[in-house]
Amino acid sequence: MQTHLVNEARHAGERLHHFHGGLRLRHNKKISCQVPVEKTPLAIRYFVPLRQQTGREAEPLVRTGQSVMKGDPVGRFPQLGGGYLHAPTSGRVTAIARHPNSHPSGEEGLCVVLKPDGLDRWGPLEPLTDWEGTDPGLLRQKIRDAGIVGLGGAVFPTGVKVGEASERGIHTLILNGAECEPYISCDEMLMREQPDTIIHGARILQRAIGAERTVIAIEDQMGAVNASLTGAIKRSGAAGIEIVKVTTIYPEGGEKQLVQVLTGLEIPAGGRPTDLGLLCQNVATATAVARAVSEGKPLIERIVTVTGNGIRKPRNLLAQIGTPIANLVDQCGGYAPGAARLVLGGPMMGYALASDSNPVIKAANCILVLTEDDIRPPQPEMPCIRCGECARVCPAMLLPQQLNWSIRNGLWDETTDLGLAECIECGCCDFVCPSHIPLVEWFRFGKSELQILNAERQQAETARMRFEARESRLENLKLERKQRIAQKKRALGDANEKQEKIAAAIERARAGKGGEN
Amino acid sequence: MLTAIITITLLGVLFGLGLGWASGKFRVEADPVTEQINDILPQTQCGQCNYPGCRPYAEAIARGEAGINQCPPGGESGIRALADLLGVEAVPLNPENGEQKPKAVAVIDEAICIGCTLCIQACPVDAILGATRQMHTVIESECTGCDLCLPPCPVDCIEMVEKPRAPEEWTWPRPPGQKSPAGIPAVPEGSQ
Repeated sequence: MQTHLVNEARHAGERLHHFHGGLRLRHNKKISCQVPVEKTPLAIRYFVPLRQQTGREAEPLVRTGQSVMKGDPVGRFPQLGGGYLHAPTSGRVTAIARHPNSHPSGEEGLCVVLKPDGLDRWGPLEPLTDWEGTDPGLLRQKIRDAGIVGLGGAVFPTGVKVGEASERGIHTLILNGAECEPYISCDEMLMREQPDTIIHGARILQRAIGAERTVIAIEDQMGAVNASLTGAIKRSGAAGIEIVKVTTIYPEGGEKQLVQVLTGLEIPAGGRPTDLGLLCQNVATATAVARAVSEGKPLIERIVTVTGNGIRKPRNLLAQIGTPIANLVDQCGGYAPGAARLVLGGPMMGYALASDSNPVIKAANCILVLTEDDIRPPQPEMPCIRCGECARVCPAMLLPQQLNWSIRNGLWDETTDLGLAECIECGCCDFVCPSHIPLVEWFRFGKSELQILNAERQQAETARMRFEARESRLENLKLERKQRIAQKKRALGDANEKQEKIAAAIERARAGKGGEN
Repeated sequence: MLTAIITITLLGVLFGLGLGWASGKFRVEADPVTEQINDILPQTQCGQCNYPGCRPYAEAIARGEAGINQCPPGGESGIRALADLLGVEAVPLNPENGEQKPKAVAVIDEAICIGCTLCIQACPVDAILGATRQMHTVIESECTGCDLCLPPCPVDCIEMVEKPRAPEEWTWPRPPGQKSPAGIPAVPEGSQ
């Protein structure tokens, strides 16, 4: 860690800086901000997918027919710190079955199917009343056990992130409220309606990682948000929490871009904000932390924006994880005429879902229904004309046109050198490409291919080591056997010599005797 | 005149000694080309190239005895990488050595296995576990899918099974779209 950079990062938010590229997009956020957040009523059935984050599926902790209380753990992830999945309501597990999962693959995944008993009763809750006197390690444990993940979209387990951060030493916690993707307004509504919970969560997170101060980054267009958060900070009486307004440019809410705006420092390739002594968390994650610690409630619900021209009454809903998306659409007045595409996530980074029977997952920040008019008519892809627009808007300062070339031709070493791993898949290059090349699709494919290639290389390496170990073992065995045979021969040879000597002595003795005689 | 000759001679001797010392001091034990070739080979150790393992094949290529198109598991991409490294023309896979197959792992039908250890002796990467008259089993993560355990099995209880894909191994598909002409240096796609 470079100390002078860390020290420079301590001034995060004092002066605003720029990041490379980006786009100013139409926000389309207002349509979903007209009414307060509504809670979704109990569903007839919940489908809690066992796969919610990167890595392997969670292992189910419940059996078919078992009764569970709201908040009981129903699954445990074998990787990444071993987080948990919890029951969204009380009821009976009717099956652990395959069901279409909300995942870009469109594949089915194992889901815990829960039939609510209608009582919505919590299991025993264990809140930490005196969180200010609690050991930070215990706070981190609580965060992990509550199954909290980054709710900004990456769904990386917060317990792991916070654990690593506390080891590295963090001076500033950055709460990311810069929700820059068009249409999505779940964080904005959260900051308007629950500012106290956010500030409370920020203070808990600050203690859990040992940070000195917190910077809450919001967009300059969120007027009401600034007022509500400022009020909440005053009410809490906490020192060292500031609000910084950043200019709305997509993708400013990206972790690396936000850090660059706040500090003027670039996070090196392959690095993380922790390299600069910073930790970024989404505002919704902070509320989940507050609930987990002060109320003992695990992460079983989140605010989802249901919006788009294909929805009759766009709004934000507080939905349980596992609720079928169709329920949310119904609550928003159903589909408007001309609804053509169901997208999970925003228009830039989201992916299309095949059906609205898919469940809400922890990563689901937005359900966007586009109409036929919204969807750009699929224009034929044209050859790249090297205009360089993509490179101009790339926030990661990559060369998308070169990457496109090398991925198409399978030049993987070159692709790696061009920094494909740094692509955040924001879609800016796609958006501006005059030839309508689906660049991000290619980059996602390229990342997948590189991953496979690396796995194969690793496998080849272990196979080579095992082969060489076996060869040397066989060689040693051969050598040993040879030595043994040689030894035996020598021993045999010795025996022969002895015999001969004895025989010779006898001979001599006989000869001597004969001579005497 | 004389000074010049003496100076040049002295310098010659001096550099000669220096080079001689350096060649001893910085001697490279293995042939670096062999290493590089071996790194490209898939390490399946299947012997389809007619050499007893990937390293012997790499050595043979380095000596110029073997062609670069004898490795079916490496496939076309392996041949291309070898051609790039050695500066030769890429050639199609030699059909005499077999054809590229999807990755598979050996699975022992444990009910039929008689515990003869023949497959254990045949496995080039020690991926089969077992003992005499005990059940044998394949360590799936170590199996390279080389097929070498199939012929020695007296009861034919080993089967090659294509590796099932775990849900977390899902990858983004290749978008529909033209591949740019390969082998041509990066020139603007539209300018041809």
